[in-house]
Amino acid sequence: MNAILIAVALLGIIGAASATILYLTGQKFKVIEDPLIEQIQEILPGANCGGCGFPGCRGFASAVVKSYTMDDLFCPVGGQETMDKIATILGKTAPATSKKIAVVRCDGTCEHRPQTSIYDGAPRCAIEAALYGGETDCFFGCLGLGDCVDACLFDAIHINPQTLLPEVDEDKCTACGACVKACPKDIIELRKQGPKSRRIFVSCVNKDKGPIARKACEVACIGCSKCLQVCAFDAITIENNLAYIDDDKCRLCRKCVPVCPTNSIWELNFPPRKEKASESSKEEIKKTV
Amino acid sequence: MLKTFRIGGIHPKANKLSAGKTIQSIEIPDEVSIPLAQHIGAPSQPVVKKGDKVKVGTLIGKSVGFVSANIHSSVSGTVKKIDKVVDVSGYRRDAVIISVEGDEWEDSIDRSETLINECALSQKEIIDKIAASGIVGMGGATFPTHVKLMPPPGTKAEVLIINGVECEPYLTSDHQLMMEKTEEILIGTTLLMKALNVSKAIIGIENNKKDVIAKFSQLASSYPGIRIQPLEERYPQGGEKQLIDALIGRQVPSGALPIAVGAVVQNVGTTFAVYEAVQKNKPLIERIVTVTGEEVHNPCNIRSRIGVPFQALIDFAGGLPQNTGKIVSGGPMMGKAVAYTDIPVTKGTSGILIISSSKAKRKTPKDCIRCAKCVQVCPMGLNPTLLMNLSEYAVWDRAEKNHITDCIECGSCSYTCPADRPLLDYIRLGKGKVMALMKARKN
Repeated sequence: MNAILIAVALLGIIGAASATILYLTGQKFKVIEDPLIEQIQEILPGANCGGCGFPGCRGFASAVVKSYTMDDLFCPVGGQETMDKIATILGKTAPATSKKIAVVRCDGTCEHRPQTSIYDGAPRCAIEAALYGGETDCFFGCLGLGDCVDACLFDAIHINPQTLLPEVDEDKCTACGACVKACPKDIIELRKQGPKSRRIFVSCVNKDKGPIARKACEVACIGCSKCLQVCAFDAITIENNLAYIDDDKCRLCRKCVPVCPTNSIWELNFPPRKEKASESSKEEIKKTV
Repeated sequence: MLKTFRIGGIHPKANKLSAGKTIQSIEIPDEVSIPLAQHIGAPSQPVVKKGDKVKVGTLIGKSVGFVSANIHSSVSGTVKKIDKVVDVSGYRRDAVIISVEGDEWEDSIDRSETLINECALSQKEIIDKIAASGIVGMGGATFPTHVKLMPPPGTKAEVLIINGVECEPYLTSDHQLMMEKTEEILIGTTLLMKALNVSKAIIGIENNKKDVIAKFSQLASSYPGIRIQPLEERYPQGGEKQLIDALIGRQVPSGALPIAVGAVVQNVGTTFAVYEAVQKNKPLIERIVTVTGEEVHNPCNIRSRIGVPFQALIDFAGGLPQNTGKIVSGGPMMGKAVAYTDIPVTKGTSGILIISSSKAKRKTPKDCIRCAKCVQVCPMGLNPTLLMNLSEYAVWDRAEKNHITDCIECGSCSYTCPADRPLLDYIRLGKGKVMALMKARKN
């Protein structure tokens, strides 16, 4: 009986001593963390996609708490709504940004861009791009092996089996930019989603001279500068035989679309044109895309 | 007696179809495109413009930066334009396009066949002349030769190794060059020894070239310090690190250059070019190219000017066979398939291999059966299957820890894999990524 009592007492003493040591050590090495970080992390989507440029949502939360302004910080997945919530908690102001979306700038389907060689190596765009320009004579266009599809954490980009080109699902795309980084040809760009998802962009990245580009692909931008001439807002620039539409300056007037001789300027989600609709059929085609 | 490297390696069928075929010159076409990026390092800066008259040997591209090389016109005529043409990289890159008129050479070039043995130039003058002549490693890596001849501070060259291995199947350009220009190569070796200030040189030749070994052994006695070493037939013995291991038994540490063990390796083609540059004032404007393949009518060794389209060489060898599946620039192991026949010959084009369609197609990759054959054959002692998986799933930190950057891209792993897995494809991807990451971290 006595032995049991001694054992209980001894264990009790050891337990109490250990608890004291643990408590003191805990106090001594306590990491004081801003409770705001935890609070903000809960608001964030928790996708840990890295689209904000920080390692995971917690990284972003701690950055946003420590930063004086919120100017350069943006969670593409959560969007403006999340940023506004964070701003309320922190008593800062979130700059107004417009929602962006990934845009695939290549329309080189099999009909538009004939195949001239066969690649049978490992099915990764990055590997094919390191070997040569690709299976067609256009060395800038989509290779269609889906590195962007593998990179997407939100199931928002898929290869269309008919065109063999990637297509972005507008509802799922969070503009995290993973596909932009994964594409070895720099075809995908984050552009403003635009009012009612209306967007105008040059669906080509071919920097070759006009005749070479045109020979390789029917719908290549040939750098003819016709679009540049009709643009009233100075939104179009031509560099290295390639037109680019600045989405900050573009007012979506659509004047550049019909003048493009190779149909390489796309308009998305616009209502059908009233006049000239019968004149050219290419808008009809575009609507369906 | 026969030496070889200690780990890994394979022995693919040699298929030297063009062995013993005398080097032939081909007619210069009406137009040549000389790429400005023919070497590792910064592309050369063009120093000619449209309409300029050039002769054979006129400087047309000036080297920029330390690791870069000069480029000379290989023909005489008028510069038509400087434009982008598809080269062996598979992309359009800058090239000088020259319309050929006659065949007029720069006056300083000695075109006679007379052997010049004596060289009064100092160490520095030899290196300067090599740099001015635009000589690069002609085994295929195209690393500027003069850079290799200037060891970084703190290192000292002890031995010069001349690479006459030619372990790539099918290729015979080095073999035939050694056969026909034996003395020139020996003089070139002496010049390189002088440039490096070493007293010892070893010429390593694989034992399948017995005629060359015999000829060299007979002549080498009159060149002090040069030793001929026959080697076992084994791929990739022509790799710098493997050859050093085979010849002097030293292992280059991971991430280091051969100079770390006191060795400098030069290819026989480069050595011959050095002879021509130093003794004959002739810049690097032509090279020997093997055109070969089972279906090729007349496999041969051609002396081609730089910038001549592949098509001209293929036509000389009897034209493109009907059932061509793949055209490879270089050998079957390390060469690169090209998509066009009008790609110009560059300083690094050792051969053009034409593979028939039945053999060209890759097999469908199957699951890894973990047989470890790739581990067994890797001459760098790496674990290719692990590196492939790490690259496939983008685990760059582990790939780096497992020395992915040591891979010499010899392709032994892909060759030996019974499940036909594209091991090298992925490892090459990972190697590039890891190297970029390491570079970014340094800055």
